Amino acid sequence: MNAPSVYGTVGVILQLLIVIGLSPLLIGLMRQIRARLEGRAGPGIGQPWRDLRKLMRKQRTSPRGTSEVFRVAPLLLVATCLVVAAVAPFVTTASALDPVADLFAVVALLTLGTVALALAGLDTGTAFGGMGASRETTIIALVEPTMLVAIFALSVPVGSTNLAAIVTSGLDDPAQVFSPVSLLAAVALIVVIIAETGRLPVDNPSTHLELTMVHEAMVLEYSGPDLAMVELASAMRLTVFLGLLANLFVPWGIATSGSVPVIAMGVLAFVVKVAVLGTALAVGEVFLAKLRLFRVPELLAGSFVLGLLAVAASFFLA
Amino acid sequence: MNTVQAGLLTAVTFGLLSALAALLVARPARSAVVGMGIAVCGAGAVVAGVAAMTGQVASFAAPDLLPLSGVVFAIDPLGGAFLAVTGGVAVVTGIYGIGYCRGGLDGRLVQCMLPLFVLAMMLVPAAAGVGTFLLCWELMALTSLLLVLAEHRRRPEVASAGRWYAVMTHLGLVAILIGLLVFAANATDATFAALRLAGQHLSPGLAALIFLVTLIGFASKAGIVPLHAWLPRAHPEAPSNVSALMSAAMVNLGVYGIVRVGFDLLGGGAAWWWLLVLALGALSAVYGILQAAIGTDLKRLLGHSTTENMGIVLVGVGAAGLFTASGDLTLAGLAMAAALLHIVNHAAFKTLLFQSAGSVVHATGRRDLDSLGGLRDGMPRTTAAFGIGALSASALPPGAAFVSEWLLLQALIHGLPAGVSATIVMPLAVAAVALTAGLAVATFVKAFGVGFLARPRSREAESAHESPPSMLAGMGLAAAACIGLALLPTLVLPTIGAVAGGVVGSGDPVTVTATTIALTDFAGSLSPLLLTVALVIGLVATLAAARALATRRAAREARLWDCGAGPLSARMEYTATSFAEPLQRVFDDVVQAEQDVDVTHHRESAYLVEAIEYHRRVPDRIERRLYEPVLAVMAVWGRVGRRLAPGSVHRYLGYGFYSLCALLILLVVTR
Repeated sequence: MNAPSVYGTVGVILQLLIVIGLSPLLIGLMRQIRARLEGRAGPGIGQPWRDLRKLMRKQRTSPRGTSEVFRVAPLLLVATCLVVAAVAPFVTTASALDPVADLFAVVALLTLGTVALALAGLDTGTAFGGMGASRETTIIALVEPTMLVAIFALSVPVGSTNLAAIVTSGLDDPAQVFSPVSLLAAVALIVVIIAETGRLPVDNPSTHLELTMVHEAMVLEYSGPDLAMVELASAMRLTVFLGLLANLFVPWGIATSGSVPVIAMGVLAFVVKVAVLGTALAVGEVFLAKLRLFRVPELLAGSFVLGLLAVAASFFLA
Repeated sequence: MNTVQAGLLTAVTFGLLSALAALLVARPARSAVVGMGIAVCGAGAVVAGVAAMTGQVASFAAPDLLPLSGVVFAIDPLGGAFLAVTGGVAVVTGIYGIGYCRGGLDGRLVQCMLPLFVLAMMLVPAAAGVGTFLLCWELMALTSLLLVLAEHRRRPEVASAGRWYAVMTHLGLVAILIGLLVFAANATDATFAALRLAGQHLSPGLAALIFLVTLIGFASKAGIVPLHAWLPRAHPEAPSNVSALMSAAMVNLGVYGIVRVGFDLLGGGAAWWWLLVLALGALSAVYGILQAAIGTDLKRLLGHSTTENMGIVLVGVGAAGLFTASGDLTLAGLAMAAALLHIVNHAAFKTLLFQSAGSVVHATGRRDLDSLGGLRDGMPRTTAAFGIGALSASALPPGAAFVSEWLLLQALIHGLPAGVSATIVMPLAVAAVALTAGLAVATFVKAFGVGFLARPRSREAESAHESPPSMLAGMGLAAAACIGLALLPTLVLPTIGAVAGGVVGSGDPVTVTATTIALTDFAGSLSPLLLTVALVIGLVATLAAARALATRRAAREARLWDCGAGPLSARMEYTATSFAEPLQRVFDDVVQAEQDVDVTHHRESAYLVEAIEYHRRVPDRIERRLYEPVLAVMAVWGRVGRRLAPGSVHRYLGYGFYSLCALLILLVVTR
């Protein structure tokens, strides 16, 4: 095995560990910030990990009339996040798995996880499950065009959809990062990431009111260790999306070579970037109310237009 | 005799023999004999097609077999690709048909038409002359029409579907006939070789005319919007093995015609032709999948999805034409390879989906998703088969369509620098493909989740039973093909890439290692196999971690959350209609569903509700705008015409006399 692939393997393992370990802390951080801004003391950023530990110790339940689809969905959801965490350039651009998947594949994998959860929601045969699945698939269907057009805009200047190529080209040519293309695509992506990860104003992660639930309605029947996996996976999804956003638009700090200090720097940069983005998201959420479900398409259509403008700009300003 | 000839000879012999056997063999064994015959016939076609794709050629001419034009067959790599796809579908549906046709569909006529239909579909891409091509095309149309009508005694809707199909397919034939005859009039004779030579010297106007007229005919066969009206009628009403053959093999030949005439015979043509093809493709893809996403009839939904997939294929073909016109041959090859791979993938998953839908209809007698549900308990294998098909169709990894749509998106993305028109067209095409992919996910989550999971919504669904072994074997084969195409597209892509390269005149557009697909000339790679392996490793690791970390207490069975209001009934579930309601509302400007809510109040007080009735109809808007005025005018003509025929024999004799006189006068005047 030659040197880059050793570092590539190390990078993959590091990324996996960081995404698994820090995702619940990110959620904790965001809840803590929200609590402080709302004048509460907050439970501390370690609370999601403590919740997960508590859930793992609970007895499993299998709701009557559900099938294997219901039981496999949380595993598949976690697995898709793990694969994305291993493939995408978060800490290092030299991931050993980079040629396996590009930006399209990463987006499609994350969609696969959502689909598994939607099927699990339908599998329960309850009104809540169906409701959540129906709303979530509607949102996915509308998010997809914006997502792909934004990817298009990002990959045109680079000439490739490979993640490492896009990130490296941003490093080589910093001016590109501040181009109108990049900024428009960033805004478009931020909107769809908010929709995909179920944050305000598209979905309220802390609601349990049937009129407003999307994600929570689908996972209503999960409890104990299964719920722990769903919670962990949604935390990982958020981290992965924020990490992608950070590294596609602000690639600095990511490790491009394989020495130990550079990789340590990469880890630090990733953690700081995701924490900053998470903080911004949490602060923004304090000032936002949830949109009506049927106003969400307007928001997504707006972001789609931004994505198209980004592509047009990438051509005319090239 | 080379492999192509041997394979084709096997296919023709077994096709004809099974048609004959259908007439001779007694009923109990008939469907088995015919089914096996079709399977062998299909296997022969696969062998011949694959051999032709790798470069072997074969031709056959019998100048005296048919008056005026004679019969000419020649197989090149492009024809071989379509021949192989048809053969593959025939193998699977032949085996499936053994069990499916028993009980109602094993009459002499239906069983005799099945092999003839398969054979006609195989001969269309092999035809190498205008007369032969049109003959096979018409044979394919007629046999398929008789098969669509197979169940006309059981359901009255079949007759209406058959009428739509008969009229539209024949109008399509007329268009192709006119186009090819005009073409042949400008060539030395009517073989494709002569047309190819003539195609280089045609004036641009005439070439465009030929292309447009034939495009109308071929697009109507491929179910492309706005000529799709027959497809969502005929596909659901036909028996399911016929639906599979039509949807997975026959519609492909529309695309074959466009590629054959546009690229091969007319030699490329102007950029605007292909812009038109691309626009039609994008429109069909979005419109088809939107109808599928809000539809509730399982087989009709699959029919709409066929329109969608043919639309995606035409986006690829159109992009390939655009790139050829602008000189980017590698990109053109990439787009064409994506289109051809999508045809192969679509054939595999649509066969599987129609077969599983057929099993559901076989077991429950119902096609309406709103009355299905809970089939996973009674029909676990069919459920698994439909699940695999749905995953393959919804462009998610590890599904087959993901690979072809990935290739198509790569071609579109790298095509941006091709010119100013490309700046507008390519992002919109990407957006259309992406919206299609998103809606396809919604469609298949609905079809699988509502139809097969959850709780049964009718007594028939509750007592559903698994299908006979031959049907399961057919579905198993199709499922294996879907999985193979999804995990190891690297096995078929070099051949398909070579065929695509041959069509547009480029080198191999993709470089393939054992596991990874990489683009030639562009940076971009994907490894479906390794991605799936990674996903499986992730699954196993998660499972192991969950086992290790979670409590070891045995699982407790729990009641579903019913808000404390007693047991949930199937009527409280989400149905396919309610599942698609948000999408229907979002796209209301496009679909314009008609809804009525009738509330009956209680006699005593207007505040109490006694009953609520809800009706929803989703009319096809394109059909309403485009077809209904034409049909109305036709009806007026019909009424006017009826006045000429009041039933008096004297008058009819008078008509004959006067028209004869008029003809004679005309002759006198003109001579």
